[in-house]
Amino acid sequence: MTKTPGAQPVLTPRDWEAHPSYIYPGYKSTGKRGPQKPLIPLKASLGELQQPVYGHDSIGAFDHDLTRNARVNGEPLGERMILTGQVLDERRRPVANTLVELWQANASGRYVHKVDQHDAPLDPNFLGAGRCLTDSEGRYRFLTIKPGAYPWGNHPNAWRPQHIHLSLFGQSFASRLVTQMYFPGDPLLQYDPMVTGTPERYRNRLIADFSLDITEEGYALGYQFDMVLRGADETPFENR
Amino acid sequence: MPLMTAQAADFGQTPSQTVGPYFAYGLTATQYGYNFNQPFDAVLALDTASGQRIRLEGRVIDGDGNTIHDALIEISQPDGEGRYPQTPDEARALGFRAFGRVGTGTDAQHRFVFHTVKPGAQAPGEAPHINVIVLMRGLLLHAFTRVYFSDEAEANAKDAVLQSVPADRRHTLIAERIEQGGAVTYRFDIRMQGADETAFFDV
Repeated sequence: MTKTPGAQPVLTPRDWEAHPSYIYPGYKSTGKRGPQKPLIPLKASLGELQQPVYGHDSIGAFDHDLTRNARVNGEPLGERMILTGQVLDERRRPVANTLVELWQANASGRYVHKVDQHDAPLDPNFLGAGRCLTDSEGRYRFLTIKPGAYPWGNHPNAWRPQHIHLSLFGQSFASRLVTQMYFPGDPLLQYDPMVTGTPERYRNRLIADFSLDITEEGYALGYQFDMVLRGADETPFENR
Repeated sequence: MPLMTAQAADFGQTPSQTVGPYFAYGLTATQYGYNFNQPFDAVLALDTASGQRIRLEGRVIDGDGNTIHDALIEISQPDGEGRYPQTPDEARALGFRAFGRVGTGTDAQHRFVFHTVKPGAQAPGEAPHINVIVLMRGLLLHAFTRVYFSDEAEANAKDAVLQSVPADRRHTLIAERIEQGGAVTYRFDIRMQGADETAFFDV
């Protein structure tokens, strides 16, 4: 049932340079919410190395297809897009059969969320939530609608760049990642504190690549966004 | 065609971003009343699960002392015998999911409330504990902490991780046991900042 401690892999360390700091003055909400005391080092043991178990039956046939999974009386409005890529670990090994969850605004930049007060229309045929499992090569694929930009109250004339939220686990509780994917060439990227809070060297990792190969003729534009998680640093010892 | 994609030019860990305020319909749709299901919820243990039934509840508190109503809490723990199911079939057989997820937006007091069992120890020398991930608007990288139990003083005193926490901060990791009418609740508030800032770990 549980693996023996000797068979536990050691995770590659978190790359603190690539992640934003907890407190980033440009993003106001971090001021009262980000931890201020130093983190305490903890070597991952059995508990942190467990991957959540979920029923594959909780993933519906159209959960990966946001153009279909919330239809009421027609197709959602907006620019259809395919979002696909690989989930990999730092040695470029695919992370297979892992859950990828996604949520986003609709084409006009409005979330279905009750708290979203933006004066832009909701789309009766679009929820903006989806999920899928990666395949044996770590690939995931969503069909969705390109989200719109929207204003927010962080600073004067603040607009979020178009983006899609992604949540994934990888191989363990300790490799958990929640991130946002942005679009190439978006003029708002330079003004957004969530983007600029990420060290400049690593911002490209948040921006998808437009791909004509993924684009489907006459149907949907294609974007590739690979995600890289911490992985096992050592090959687990196995008794044979 | 570019010779190399922007991503491939700089291979490495994908930076974390905040979960933002709008996760509810994506990650916790059923809890918040959206028309979408969710793969994890606040119930980790069915009636058949091994271990003592407990509620784990608490608030998430910001640097001004305000209760945060848009936080998302995820927990991971073994069952009462220290077991983690490795497959959905094992989870069904044990009646135990080992993983839970709940937002603080639907409880009247903006608490997180989990229904689970008290975990068994996972390895010799380790005190029983629950692993916790905290996500919210304004938190650019999720915070990781642990819940230990107030009625496990002896085991806590021997737990290497707990003992690695400065003595004056250990109390921030101890959930308080409350027994009412035979039901056991452990209360665990998570303080993001201040004198009693919860000890968060770099795992």
